[in-house]
Amino acid sequence: MEDAKARYYVRFSLAQRYLHGALFTTFLGLAFTGMMLRFSTAHYMQTLAKAVGGFGAVLFFHKFFAFWLTVAFLIHVADIVYRVAAKREWGLLYGPSSMVPRWKDIQDLFGNLKWFLHLGAKPRIDRYGYWDKLDYWGVFWGMGIIGFSGYAMWFGSFFARLIPGSWLNIALLIHGEEAILATGWIFVIHFFNTHLRSDNFPMDLTIFTGRLSEEELQRLHPEEYERLVKTGGLNALAAEAPPRWLNNFGRVIGTTAVLAGVIMLILGTVAFVRG
Amino acid sequence: MKSCTVALLMFIVNAGLRAAGTDCLSCHAEKASLKGSVHGSLSCRGCHASIQSFPHPDKPTPVNCASCHSDSAAALGQSVHTASGGATCTNCHGDAHSILSSKDPKSSTYPANLPHTCGVCHGNAQLAKRVGLQEVYSLYMDSIHGFALTQDGLLVAASCASCHGSHGILSSKDAKSKTNHANIPATCGTCHAGPLKDFSSSIHGQLVAAGSEDAPVCTNCHTAHQITKVASVEWQMKTTATCGGCHKDQLATYRDTFHAQVSALGYEQTARCWDCHGFHDILPASDPKSTVAPANLTKTCGKCHDGANASFVKYDPHADSHDAVHYPALHYSAVFMNLLLASVLGFFALHTILWFVRSRFGPNAEPKESQPTAGSDAGPEEPQPK
Repeated sequence: MEDAKARYYVRFSLAQRYLHGALFTTFLGLAFTGMMLRFSTAHYMQTLAKAVGGFGAVLFFHKFFAFWLTVAFLIHVADIVYRVAAKREWGLLYGPSSMVPRWKDIQDLFGNLKWFLHLGAKPRIDRYGYWDKLDYWGVFWGMGIIGFSGYAMWFGSFFARLIPGSWLNIALLIHGEEAILATGWIFVIHFFNTHLRSDNFPMDLTIFTGRLSEEELQRLHPEEYERLVKTGGLNALAAEAPPRWLNNFGRVIGTTAVLAGVIMLILGTVAFVRG
Repeated sequence: MKSCTVALLMFIVNAGLRAAGTDCLSCHAEKASLKGSVHGSLSCRGCHASIQSFPHPDKPTPVNCASCHSDSAAALGQSVHTASGGATCTNCHGDAHSILSSKDPKSSTYPANLPHTCGVCHGNAQLAKRVGLQEVYSLYMDSIHGFALTQDGLLVAASCASCHGSHGILSSKDAKSKTNHANIPATCGTCHAGPLKDFSSSIHGQLVAAGSEDAPVCTNCHTAHQITKVASVEWQMKTTATCGGCHKDQLATYRDTFHAQVSALGYEQTARCWDCHGFHDILPASDPKSTVAPANLTKTCGKCHDGANASFVKYDPHADSHDAVHYPALHYSAVFMNLLLASVLGFFALHTILWFVRSRFGPNAEPKESQPTAGSDAGPEEPQPK
């Protein structure tokens, strides 16, 4: 990957990389502080909460990360709306570069399942695999469910003017359950699909460096590569090889995040199983 | 002549014995403490009534305190101490010749000294085990009562006798005992008149008055000998489990709530049972005077939640997601979330395992390092439909 002679192409803009950084930092912070609340009867969670500075600190950090995650999310939504409405970037809404699901995603899913079972060839993935889109829309679903229920509880007496108070019972329930879904998804499925599977192992640095090599583009996104070659769009994406420091930065940050996630997954699972 | 001398001597001795008893001290010098005792004005024979002449028998009839203290003796005779063959007068009052008034700070029955006196037996772990009692002395000494009395010398703080009585101590199983379940409120209420007033009108107090043995009295929540400051966070953190000891279902449903999560993490500023239900004056929600009666909820919840309105208090701090009849919306939300979690995580966990196996171990595993796309099993000779 650090082959200086290899050609590199831009996959993620700097803004997208920052967005991912904000997303996973706040997500890990929320998971860490939320885990203590969700599994508050586990003894080690109580010890952990004390180490953080008691419940007051835990809730403060939970709200702190929640706020900044909301800000990052709203900036992204505003950016998409602006680019579609003002700049007419229709490619955001449909086509191979869009995050909007399309028929090919279903085909890719069944193609992949067939390939897993030796019943067919490996599907040719375009710019985004269906798992990437699930990662992406999972954030929207999670923000809707966890975000709304979280703010409803945070400002309970205010929300009670808009919704029945009994919904606050449901709010805590779905907040905690959806959080388990979100963390389970990220710490198992996202980590494997994008980082730990053998053709990306040990880590896909693209989200940190913003670019991938020609070989990676061909191997991971064959359909996109072929399309770019055909339409002649490839050269416009050409980039310098990522500097060594950036690769190392990505490795350190990425490994830390993955390890943090795996540790939380273990702590949470043990507490969940013990009841 | 000799016999005359003896007769004269006898006369003098007898007269002396009758008079002040001081001559007894010529032999029994160690009993001189009697002078300074509460019985100092009495003669020796006032108690040792059987001694009529000198020389007296080696073993005179034992002194009978009851000849003067008939009330105390009668009470002691009925008490658990007599029934168990335990304490006699001197066990508690000390040596008969040095007994001091219980108002004397040096007396073994002075309130501040009483715990130590009773503790001679009731601080003995072996005795406690033998008679099937708790070793209460150390518990009491660390309690708010014991600390106040013995460390601060606060004489109004409860000593052993304040709750158990003195001579007529009865087993708590005895309906007449001051520490019998039904009598505890009145016993504690001797000092704690305010709580007694609240408690008597509460649902617990009403049930106790009606003869219930399950309804809690003071000691069920506060304990008897380990009573601590109710303002201490340590004690407050234990109260939920205390109420939950009887109210098991309510504890279980409370555990599902944010209030309980926060509390479990050691944060005292969250709603625990008595924050909403009150404590001594606790009443069922069906009673209009109850803090959790529907009409009072906005006020009760509003203690912590600024701006709690009629809608806000529709939140149920004991909602049960397993109960489809009373909480259908919550129940089916839980069912939906469980199905969602199981299906999404289950499907993609399988997806992940299959992917891992396929890419690692299967034939035609993915090429590990850079291979041109052509030639791999995802080669362009098998284009996928668009």
